[in-house]
Amino acid sequence: MKAKHKKLLARTGATVLITLILLFVSVPSVVVIMSAFNSTAILSFPPQDLSLRWFERAVTYRDFQRGFINGLIVTAWTSGIALVIGTALAYAIDRFQFRGKDLLETILLSPLVIPHFTIGLGVLMLASQVSMRGSFATVILAQVILVLPFVLRSVYVSLRNLDRRYELAAASLGASPLQVLLRVDLPLLLPGMFGGWLFAAILSFNEFSAALFVTSHATQTLPVAMYTYVREYTDPTMAAISTIFIVTTSITLVLANRFLGLRKVLAIEESK
Amino acid sequence: MTKRQIQFLFVIPAVFVAFLLVASLFSILQFSVREHVPGSLVVGGFTLDNFGRVLRPVYASVLRTTMELALSTALLTLVLSYPLAYALARVPSKAIQSLILIISITPLFTGDIVRTYAWLIVLGNNGFVNSTLMALGIIERPLQLMYTQLGVTLALVQYSIPVMVMVLTTAIAHIDRNYEKAAASLGAGPVRVFLKVTLPLSTPGIIAGVITIFAWTLSAFATPQLIGGGKVMMLSNMVYLVGFSSFDFPFAAVLSLIGLVVSIALLVAMNWSSRRVEKMGLH
Repeated sequence: MKAKHKKLLARTGATVLITLILLFVSVPSVVVIMSAFNSTAILSFPPQDLSLRWFERAVTYRDFQRGFINGLIVTAWTSGIALVIGTALAYAIDRFQFRGKDLLETILLSPLVIPHFTIGLGVLMLASQVSMRGSFATVILAQVILVLPFVLRSVYVSLRNLDRRYELAAASLGASPLQVLLRVDLPLLLPGMFGGWLFAAILSFNEFSAALFVTSHATQTLPVAMYTYVREYTDPTMAAISTIFIVTTSITLVLANRFLGLRKVLAIEESK
Repeated sequence: MTKRQIQFLFVIPAVFVAFLLVASLFSILQFSVREHVPGSLVVGGFTLDNFGRVLRPVYASVLRTTMELALSTALLTLVLSYPLAYALARVPSKAIQSLILIISITPLFTGDIVRTYAWLIVLGNNGFVNSTLMALGIIERPLQLMYTQLGVTLALVQYSIPVMVMVLTTAIAHIDRNYEKAAASLGAGPVRVFLKVTLPLSTPGIIAGVITIFAWTLSAFATPQLIGGGKVMMLSNMVYLVGFSSFDFPFAAVLSLIGLVVSIALLVAMNWSSRRVEKMGLH
């Protein structure tokens, strides 16, 4: 009886603890969503009257609109390029032996530890030497460098889990290496590729630190426009646009979890 | 196409990106040894004076604040993430697992600005924490949470939890559960099994997690920029200030190099410690 009591106590304690930690993580988002519906320009808790005026202002504000379009352009290019380069390299690393393989992998994974502002500053300095400061190409280069490790990891995990016997079967039936690649490997790798692409796209669209260094006014992405807004105004327009971000991101994550299995995509576990 | 041609085709684009990344970092090095010409973006001749400036008290104190924040964030994040990771690895219910996973990793994907803005509303003088405490009559005047190290740390911890949870969950999920079963069958209670078996066996994950978050925090920019408000400054904020307010790119380059060197040192430390842990037979 005593052991049972102890176990119950440990379990209740753990549940309370985990709930409190999850509250700490989610309270800021909840507070933002609450204040987005506040009718007055001055924030107060709880909100006095509800209103949608800040959402209206957020979606009609010129800099946000332009930032959104720029963000879509940058994100589309970045995630596409990173997907192609990352998938090809993950495949090459898994299947081929070539000189400098470890070095290449180390360099391309290094943005996981190198501060974003360092990469931003480096790309800015490189771009200014060839007079490409603030161009879309420069912004996209910085973003590709930052998101490539995520695509690489996601595809690499799928490759490790791929059953090589399918390839052998296809080859023994006369398929050329290219046919094996396109007809057997590619379809099997699609879920991992999609997961990697999705995270590259989300991270690129939301990336701020490096973007602040490399964008100009003409190419600034949404997070940079939002940063400028926070520094100039204090009204809840920011809360409204943040709410749109939070809701969109959460829905995407729930869907990714439902259809792809987040743990696999995040490489938390390698499925057997 | 032969296998060799496929291989060439697959590796070349990645080599190109790697080359541009190395060239970018090399540009920083190049700028760091050039003279700053005040009021101009064009840099002057070769000089090593920029490196000497790092030792001035104002920059030394920024470095100290950066290290303090990185260390306290890493440790606090570890304490808060471990229970989540443990639950993720061990709770049998898939629904509860998904709930914990989605809530704890959402901050990673909403982006720096949204997350930091949220903390501005939580910590501000008219913010959520102060309004709530004043309404409850616990405090009479608002607590100063903005522009303090405490405020910056809280926001950085929330930003770091997703990454720490991912690292720790992987480590805990890899522990052979037979050790825990053996300890339990020998009469150890759940708390004791955790403290004497699970916790020590997850050491590699703990070390990797703390080092990763330390590096992760060094990379933080938006959070100290907005919540620190110029009063709590990290290396990244100083780089931005020096680079974009006084356009002193050579010195901004020197400061970034410090960030780069510390990150590389951390990476080396991580490799070294994981090899050591392997040798000790813990994993």
